[in-house]
Amino acid sequence: MASGFVIRKNQYYDSVFLMGISKRISDTKGVQQNAVLMGSDNNKKLLSNIGIQDTHIDAAHPNDLIVAVIADTPQIVNDVLDKLDEYLEVDVQSSSASSLHSFEDGLAQKPDANLVAISVPGEYAAREARKALESDLNVFIFSDNVSIDDELDLKKSAVKKTLLVMGPDCGSSLIGGVGIGFANVVRKGSIGVISASGSGLQEFTCQVHNSGFGISHAIGTGSHDLSDKIGGLTTLMALDALEADPQTTVITLLSKPPGAKTIAKLSERLKNCKKPVVGCFLGIKNEIEGGTSFPCARLIDDAVQLSIRQIDDKSFSSQVQFTVQELELMSRQMASWSTQQKYMRGLFAGGTFCYQSQQIFQDAGIPVYSNVPLDPKYKLADPDRSIEHTIVDMGDDQYTVGRPHPMIDSTMRKQRILAEGHDSQVAILLLDFILGYNASMDPVGELIEPITEAKLLAQKRGGALTVVASMCGTDDDPQDLSLQTRMVKESGVIVFPSNAKAARFCCDLIKRRLEGSHAK
Amino acid sequence: MQNKVDQLLHKPLVIINLGLKRFTESLAEQKVEVVQVDWAPPAGGDKAMEDLLDRLL
Repeated sequence: MASGFVIRKNQYYDSVFLMGISKRISDTKGVQQNAVLMGSDNNKKLLSNIGIQDTHIDAAHPNDLIVAVIADTPQIVNDVLDKLDEYLEVDVQSSSASSLHSFEDGLAQKPDANLVAISVPGEYAAREARKALESDLNVFIFSDNVSIDDELDLKKSAVKKTLLVMGPDCGSSLIGGVGIGFANVVRKGSIGVISASGSGLQEFTCQVHNSGFGISHAIGTGSHDLSDKIGGLTTLMALDALEADPQTTVITLLSKPPGAKTIAKLSERLKNCKKPVVGCFLGIKNEIEGGTSFPCARLIDDAVQLSIRQIDDKSFSSQVQFTVQELELMSRQMASWSTQQKYMRGLFAGGTFCYQSQQIFQDAGIPVYSNVPLDPKYKLADPDRSIEHTIVDMGDDQYTVGRPHPMIDSTMRKQRILAEGHDSQVAILLLDFILGYNASMDPVGELIEPITEAKLLAQKRGGALTVVASMCGTDDDPQDLSLQTRMVKESGVIVFPSNAKAARFCCDLIKRRLEGSHAK
Repeated sequence: MQNKVDQLLHKPLVIINLGLKRFTESLAEQKVEVVQVDWAPPAGGDKAMEDLLDRLL
């Protein structure tokens, strides 16, 4: 094994560009590992973690490019580093460079701007957001790793100026039909959404679209907004705006469980809301203590139906129910398993899907381990090693620092699917596929090979692997929902239009498996 | 007079995108008026110099 690195002074590139270079280097034969990143302190730690240390790296600045390679031979390391200019050139050519390099440059170019979208490294995001707020501009902060104190400070400034701060850690918003960040193509309509979760916002808006209805605005707040530290400052601003918005007739709130003080404050505010409100707080164990002044759904699917009922007077029925054919399908799957196969493994790109799936299993009394567990006693000691029933958020920090998010690139999920495929006790794999702007252009295509291989491994052991997936997208998305669904079905995957339904299907399978083993 | 949030919801979006270029590309695809800023760390990434510049400007 050999390793080497180069440092290019004052060559700054954004993280997605760097991930593209890294992916191309990793395709080179003999390359074991590589890192293509800027010289920030966090990135230097990552390099150190893979054994790349040097005084020159210690001295590098955040706008210096560092490329490190670990390969089978010194020759391969040298070849890759020698070809670096070629890699950079090809990727630079594919996207035209901007002559603007600062917020001030951008504002000079667009003095009539009404929103600044920020996706710079977290340690710089608050600084840029402050400048935008000082210029009376609303802000969408995609960056994460912004301190909670900075978030509070930004949001307090925004409230004073009646400006909106979406984020930090805001993956998605739909403003007047325009998708910002990860977002789907959904029709305009009269359901307004306020969401602390990016994948939750996508799942909700896609289901509304696929049910024939539409969205007025879907406002992302960032994942910490309903914590007691932040106190729902963005949520309350968004509520005022949607309440006053003539296009919006019902408002839906999506979040992880809010802080106790914040839910009380929100409940009080909503008592006087002129429009109907529906809540959905995922991961909550029981009902909210003290109740709420508005109806709450346990699952996103039910929140969609409750919201639609406010504008279309059809009776509400939980969508998460199975047809006779689906129940028969369950029986066939169980009959194909070997006696050893008994566990479910969920591997998710969407954090909300990880949460919602855990909640479904928890409600059924089936313990599930996770890297982001609902119950701390089921925290995986090593997130790379599943225990019994396990659900992993592959978009969590430990998988994404210095690496592409699984919604953009499936490399980490591919490896994990194969690892689960080698476990003879695994009966079910539960996955999600998320379409839309800025996501991978072929999320299904990227995973077909490892899914097929994992299924073959189970067959060779005399069993069968049940693979269940949910699709989050619309037919108007750049990837085309129908096409992606057809592809995944053709590879023998059982597909559902929502995560809740896919997770419930897996949960019912495991329940039946448990009942069967008890009966014996 | 409409406040800035109401204006955001009701007027055509005009966006300054700082950072990921693919965000600008997806906004342009949606026919949104957007300008791309190829952002780089201020003061060459020198934190002390950055703090000094912030105080001076």
